[in-house]
Amino acid sequence: MAGETAKVDPMHQFAIEPMFGTEGLELAGYNIAFTNSSLAMVIAAVLLWVFVLGGMKRELVPGRWQMAVETFTGFIDDLLEANIGKNGKKYVPYIFSLFMFILFANLLGLLPLPLAMLGVHPFTFTSHFTITGVLAIMTFAIVLIVGFGKHGFHFFSLFVPHGTPVPMIPIIFLIELISFLFRPFSLGLRLFVAMMAGHVLLEVLASFVIDSANAGIGWGVAIGGPSFILMLAICALEILVAGIQAYVFALLASLYLNDAENLH
Amino acid sequence: MPQIAQLAETYASQIFWLLLIFGLVFFVIGRGMVPKVMETVGFRDKQIADDLAAAQAARDAADEQEEAWRKRENDNRAAAQDVISKAKAKAAASTEKKLAKAQEKIDDQAAEAEARIAAASSEAAAEIESVAAAAAQDIVVRLAGIKVDKATASSAVKKAMANG
Repeated sequence: MAGETAKVDPMHQFAIEPMFGTEGLELAGYNIAFTNSSLAMVIAAVLLWVFVLGGMKRELVPGRWQMAVETFTGFIDDLLEANIGKNGKKYVPYIFSLFMFILFANLLGLLPLPLAMLGVHPFTFTSHFTITGVLAIMTFAIVLIVGFGKHGFHFFSLFVPHGTPVPMIPIIFLIELISFLFRPFSLGLRLFVAMMAGHVLLEVLASFVIDSANAGIGWGVAIGGPSFILMLAICALEILVAGIQAYVFALLASLYLNDAENLH
Repeated sequence: MPQIAQLAETYASQIFWLLLIFGLVFFVIGRGMVPKVMETVGFRDKQIADDLAAAQAARDAADEQEEAWRKRENDNRAAAQDVISKAKAKAAASTEKKLAKAQEKIDDQAAEAEARIAAASSEAAAEIESVAAAAAQDIVVRLAGIKVDKATASSAVKKAMANG
């Protein structure tokens, strides 16, 4: 690497590579190679399992770890209670899984040095729209199933707000329907774009540091220094974004579920 | 952008592993573990609420007992006050009676003593008269050599004494 002209490709971090020689793995004609993305999912899932397991001591007076886990479950419970009401309790397992899985994925994707030195790079699978899209479509499917299951065709009244003048109903219905159908896209794209943008920005700033240092000590101090300081600040911002995007995903999912549960 | 460039070759693997792993997360963690954690929280909340209710009940009972005690205490105090005032009245009455009796006795004694004094003084006056009459007889005998009987002398004495 040192011999080449140091060219940093900020998009390379999102490349998917099969691991453990599974590139030929197939299921019903589809390739299901175990990739670095799959590995990141497994790590997130296992860490999440360990985290929640630590909160299963079921003590009357909770320890720190149990308290942390109960804070998260209570947080999701309150979120659903506030947005849906008493009926929201049955969605706690799903929204909790969604929120924590995305949160762990976002935070683990930010993990820097120690692994990278061994040549193992953290992979942020939430920066792939195949992943966020599936999560969004899954959530949207639940909204549709609950909505039609509970209200039948009455669910379409969701698209006609109260007090709409009769001549306006066809147009409003169309507009509301389109905005409703756009929900899975906005849900999936928001998370994907936010995660990808932050990672690209960090990578670009990192390339500034490396390239300017390679160009000489003066350039390194003049350009690399400020870039490095900016990177530190953006890392902090990215940790915030990781939490906020997971929260937004869970919040919007619960708002959509509220539409399905209670209509307007 | 690998997300798009690799889409055709990786989408199946991405979706398969996501559904598999997220399914495990949902069923093992979301369905299996989270309800237990929340049950613990609910159990604790219930325990705290019960404890608070028990404490409130105990406090109410204590207040009630204190109220009852206060009432009893007041009643006792009033009863004691009553007994004391009764005893005072009784004592005052008996003292008065004794004083009256003593006064009566003293009055009797005083009256008797006065009667005795009056008797003694009238006796003394009579003696003076008789002595004066005898003295007058003697004086008349010696001065005029006339014998005066006792009755005349005493009437003269009486006349003189009445004149002062």
